[in-house]
Amino acid sequence: KLAATINPAYASNEKKTAYKDVTSYNNFYEFGTDKDEPAVNAHTLKTRPWTVSIEGEVNKPMVLDLDALLKLAPIEERVYRLRCVEGWSMVIPWLGYSLSNLLKKVEPNSNARYVEFISLADKKQMPAIRFPVLQWPYTEGLRIDEAMHPLTLLTLGLYGEVLPNQNGAPVRLTVPWKYGFKSAKSIVKIRVTKDLPKTSWNVANPSEYGFYSNVNPEVDHPRWSQASERRIGEDGFLSRKRKTLMFNGYNEVASLYAGMDLKKFY
Amino acid sequence: MNQLSARQLFWLKLCIFVVASLPFARLVIATMYDGLGANPLEFITRNTGDWTLYFLCITLAITPARKLLQWHWLIRLRRMLGLFSFFYAACHFLTFLWFDHFFEIEEMWRDVVKRPFITVGFIAFVMLIPLAMSSSNWAIRIMGGKTWQLLHRSVYIIVPLGVLHYVWMRAGKNNFTQPLVFAAIVSLLLGIRLYWRLKKTV
Repeated sequence: KLAATINPAYASNEKKTAYKDVTSYNNFYEFGTDKDEPAVNAHTLKTRPWTVSIEGEVNKPMVLDLDALLKLAPIEERVYRLRCVEGWSMVIPWLGYSLSNLLKKVEPNSNARYVEFISLADKKQMPAIRFPVLQWPYTEGLRIDEAMHPLTLLTLGLYGEVLPNQNGAPVRLTVPWKYGFKSAKSIVKIRVTKDLPKTSWNVANPSEYGFYSNVNPEVDHPRWSQASERRIGEDGFLSRKRKTLMFNGYNEVASLYAGMDLKKFY
Repeated sequence: MNQLSARQLFWLKLCIFVVASLPFARLVIATMYDGLGANPLEFITRNTGDWTLYFLCITLAITPARKLLQWHWLIRLRRMLGLFSFFYAACHFLTFLWFDHFFEIEEMWRDVVKRPFITVGFIAFVMLIPLAMSSSNWAIRIMGGKTWQLLHRSVYIIVPLGVLHYVWMRAGKNNFTQPLVFAAIVSLLLGIRLYWRLKKTV
């Protein structure tokens, strides 16, 4: 159980995806590449003790344990749409607070332009690390203004409880206007950097997974269309797939990309 | 085992028919009872694709197995196995047309033309249609054995296309284990034919 107050700004009236589906259909390659594998394998993940090191271009680098993270800011419940690059989506009540709360604490310096998120990569706890499917540890990144945006959630729970292991326990990111893989799971290190971080999927396949990876129905993945999506538990069998919205419907982030050609910076 | 009576063959074929229908029955029943996980439509699409490749491999294995084991009756099973390959391929195509495009032919066509992995899968499926249609004794008689055999050799192109479709699909997620297993099996099944052919000509 994890106590939280509902943030009415993000209390969606959309139908929430069933808890069972949210916790049994996951992309978490450290525990296997099939989507049912993380739920089966992730029990080996030890989420306590856990520390997150925040370092790099900051005035006050620090190492925080889980209790410190839980107390850092009031925990809110926010219902976000999650859009996977594979063309499916969910609606999930996450628990956490804006990442900006944490970043303000470490005081990024004048060199700070990007934030890199590094996930745990422990062979003993994560059986699939031995397969070289991706560059381990899993690394993701955001531009500093994206990381500071209030929508960007440092996530500690879902559906009123602490994060289940397969959903990226004990602490993960949720960036709802980007494809799901941008939201790193089981984070152990947050580095504020001057240079563009090398992100795992971008390294694996740069033409298919850009650094930005904003949800954009007009930029297709080469292998599949991004114009529509299947809402888990709702679309496809009796009704057609739904249209995907620009920025996954979070238009308040559009100003971050003013003047940028999002077809080029995909 | 080298000989099978007509009666034995009948029961064997019936058994194979029942067993080969089980994957389909399982999908139907699991769909009704919500047993296919969070994304049942993705499950059905992938599962019917998998079974198409399984049956194509089994069908391709008949001739080498017959030659190696001297079980000549195996040839009597090939037609049914080939037709099951087509059945699962048709289910696979139907899921694409239904769950991905909701029967919008024009939209589906754009997808087929634009995405190489779908193009390849679609070509393989279309090439299977004449094989399924000419799988009766009557068709063999009309076409003549030679022409019929020539037509059915197109399966040597169709199966690699099917495997390529799978490899290409998985390339987006960097996950090649299963497609490469299929590629190895198909290479073996086609390679052994090539080897025999070369040995004969030398």
